[in-house]
Amino acid sequence: MNRSPYIVDAPSVTSIMFKVLLALLPGIAAYVWVYGGGILVTLTLATITAVAAEAALLKLRQRPVKPYLFDMSAVVTAWLLALALPPIAPWWLIVVGTFFAIVIAKQLYGGLGYNPFNPAMVGYAVLLISFPLIMTKWPAPLSLAQAPLSFLDQLHYIFSQALPSDIKVDAITSATPLDYLKTQLMLKHEVAAIREAPVFGVMGATGGEVVTGAYLLGGLYLLQQRIITWHLPTAFLAALGLISLGFYISNPLQFADPLFHLMSGASMLCAFFIITDPVSGPTTPRGKLYFAAGIGILTYLIRVYGGYPDGVAFAVLLMNMCVPLIDATTQPRVFGHHKS
Amino acid sequence: MSTIINFVSNLLQGKSLNVHLNDVFKFNGGIHPPQHKSESTLRPIGKLPLPEKLTLPLRQHVGNIPKIKVQVGDYVLKGQMLAEAEGTVSAAIHAPTSGTVSAIDEQIIPHPSGLPDLCISLIPDGNETWGELRPLDWRNTDKKELVNKLRASGIVGLGGATFPTHIKLRSNGTSNVHTLIINAAECEPYITCDDMLMRERADDVVKGIAIVQHILGAKKSIIGIEDNKEEAMAAMANACIRAELDTITVKVVPTLYPSGDARRLIHLLLGTEIPSDKRSTDVGIQVFNVATVLAIYRYFEFGEPSISRIVTMTGNVVNPQNFEVLFGTPLMSLVKATGAAKADTTHFIMGGPMMGFDLPNTQVPITKAANCIIAAAPNLFTAPPPAMPCIRCARCADACPVNLQPQELYWFSKSNNFESARDYNLFDCIECGCCTYVCPSNIPLVQYYRYAKSEIIAADKATSAADLARERNDFRLARIEREKLERAQKHAERAQLAKESKSDLMLGDSIVVASADTETPSTDQALDKKAIIAAAIERAKATKLAAAEAGVTPKNIENVSASVQADINTIDHIREQAALAEIAKTPTN
Repeated sequence: MNRSPYIVDAPSVTSIMFKVLLALLPGIAAYVWVYGGGILVTLTLATITAVAAEAALLKLRQRPVKPYLFDMSAVVTAWLLALALPPIAPWWLIVVGTFFAIVIAKQLYGGLGYNPFNPAMVGYAVLLISFPLIMTKWPAPLSLAQAPLSFLDQLHYIFSQALPSDIKVDAITSATPLDYLKTQLMLKHEVAAIREAPVFGVMGATGGEVVTGAYLLGGLYLLQQRIITWHLPTAFLAALGLISLGFYISNPLQFADPLFHLMSGASMLCAFFIITDPVSGPTTPRGKLYFAAGIGILTYLIRVYGGYPDGVAFAVLLMNMCVPLIDATTQPRVFGHHKS
Repeated sequence: MSTIINFVSNLLQGKSLNVHLNDVFKFNGGIHPPQHKSESTLRPIGKLPLPEKLTLPLRQHVGNIPKIKVQVGDYVLKGQMLAEAEGTVSAAIHAPTSGTVSAIDEQIIPHPSGLPDLCISLIPDGNETWGELRPLDWRNTDKKELVNKLRASGIVGLGGATFPTHIKLRSNGTSNVHTLIINAAECEPYITCDDMLMRERADDVVKGIAIVQHILGAKKSIIGIEDNKEEAMAAMANACIRAELDTITVKVVPTLYPSGDARRLIHLLLGTEIPSDKRSTDVGIQVFNVATVLAIYRYFEFGEPSISRIVTMTGNVVNPQNFEVLFGTPLMSLVKATGAAKADTTHFIMGGPMMGFDLPNTQVPITKAANCIIAAAPNLFTAPPPAMPCIRCARCADACPVNLQPQELYWFSKSNNFESARDYNLFDCIECGCCTYVCPSNIPLVQYYRYAKSEIIAADKATSAADLARERNDFRLARIEREKLERAQKHAERAQLAKESKSDLMLGDSIVVASADTETPSTDQALDKKAIIAAAIERAKATKLAAAEAGVTPKNIENVSASVQADINTIDHIREQAALAEIAKTPTN
């Protein structure tokens, strides 16, 4: 029988997913430091929901539960979604989003390897459209909050939406810089003046930029481990940087500088963790560049001209739709063939 | 060891000894599997004791099966031709030693199918008596004559492709090959037969290269060696110097599987990309394996046909080593020569771990394709875990030396979308296994490609067969139509002729005219038909009667029920009617 090759040397799917989780840890640590321990609760909730939903669906679809559950892909989806949601979101929001991501966006399309859309972003988009108010209610960084919540208070709030009697909701939340910038610009303020507000840090958001930096660190680890290639993050960051640079040069009073866009919102999470989902992305090197650049440009346009605070989720989903086309039109030249 | 030291010191002093280091043209991808080559290079090339029986499969090469020239019971001399090349692409088989042909029958051969095939069995007499050897002064012989002689040498590509060598040297008078590449990359793990051959027989190899270069009319030769074979490199470079042939150079390529693939090696050495639909000779390049040129040298210099090769016996054996093995030697003899296979050996693999295949048993013979035998054990080659879905990570595409998109080919092959697989250049796949080697989901990608290729080839064959059948049918219909027309024409002519003769008669004999007057030609025909029908009925009755008299009756109709008998009668009646109708339809001529 000819079953060669007899030797293999490849990381398993499980170990790839595990390294992605590992690379998220610095970001999570920074998150806890900036916003408190609530994120740990939402991460746990999302993980439990994802694993339970995955197991149930695998059972329903009569697939072997153990190998597929231990590929850890459901946990990665859960973490990415939880990190994209407000860290003190009500528990059911996490559960609904994760459930939707795993059941509808992933398993109903055939499970791992078959989903055309990024499951975490599908979950996020569904929540954003269905519950816009909660989704835009971000807690202020502990350093800026009028009344910083303790971990137990956050835990309590996630499950019961009740705050300690002496604290009001407004005291713990604040607009995100992207949101704040947008509303202030509508009020005809100039960027430089707007950025005097305390929510703005050195480059992005106060506190938020630390988290973003930690994501960058994790992303570099993934690159070093060859879990991801340079194409996607580079093209995304370059496209986002260049388009924001163009707008910024054309009118610095109306548009924020490139560094702000690169270090704000979900930019770094997107560059290294979200658009690098191989299943819903293109496979050719040139296709990866187009795909990521498209997301970068769409992200900027939705941020600046769209109705949502951050454009990453919709940009990713829109580009997911283009993947078959991108793949088909960017096939590299095969050895011994002419350029077609 | 001293050769290495010499070589290295020369390198350091800037004397490059005709050796070019690493100025190569890289190809996409490739992998670095663990080498496992040092185990089998500790000992020199060994010899095996003469086995009790040799089994020589007729199918040891690409092309037609050779024509058997001996019979069971014949005594044959060492080097005597047992089967001669048949047709263009074919190779002869020779007796590896003197002895008696004991059988010509089907035996299990070393092939992935594990199926039996025609073999000549030979019982050695132990004398090793050579037949007449006819060395050839290749320098003063016509090139065409040399190629013709090679046809009787039985030499095939010994790198594993086993393509008959004389075909590759045919030049049709005007050869346009300018560069000869000697493939000494030996990129697959475990295999060291070419390495050892170069270390021990470098001078003869260089002489062989000179012969091949001469026959091809090539201006230069480049020996491509991977940089993990320092000793062989030095030996070859020194041999080139000793031979004082400045047209032959040694070029070192980085160790990267599959640099030994001919098209990849050509690219590495020359930067030339052979177009997918062309052969290397179309752009003036020919590639020979290092062991093949040695065999060519021995054939012209000493008259020795291809009766043995060097085989690496390695893996889970006590003393891995290379051996000069007579073709037809049972695998077990080779295993015994290494001491033994270790206790946990599960089976044997022929070829390397990247492209080899499982051998069906330990009695299969060593053939011209057998460059390496690996004793497999669970700790050497662990069974891969169950395959997971493809996550489109494209590691396979990064590793593919042909720059294919294995993940797309997998998708198309799996879903039997063969047209798309073909469009995505499935047939450019060289089945090197790099994609499978790096797949995190443990998908046996190469097997999918082999499956898709065989399905496409089978479908193409079926299509061309159907086309042929349709053409034949069209031709047949046209012929029938033509014959019908011809018959009608003949008939008309005859009728005309009859008319004319009748009118002739009319003039001469009034009696005949009177009788002819009552019969028009058409009633004539009708009467003819009636007569034929009557005759047929008579014949049928006579046959039945004769059968009844002879006691021949159809079986199983004695005790049938009334209804069945009625059915039989009905059917008989229908048959009779049909027969009559058939006769009525038949043209009367």
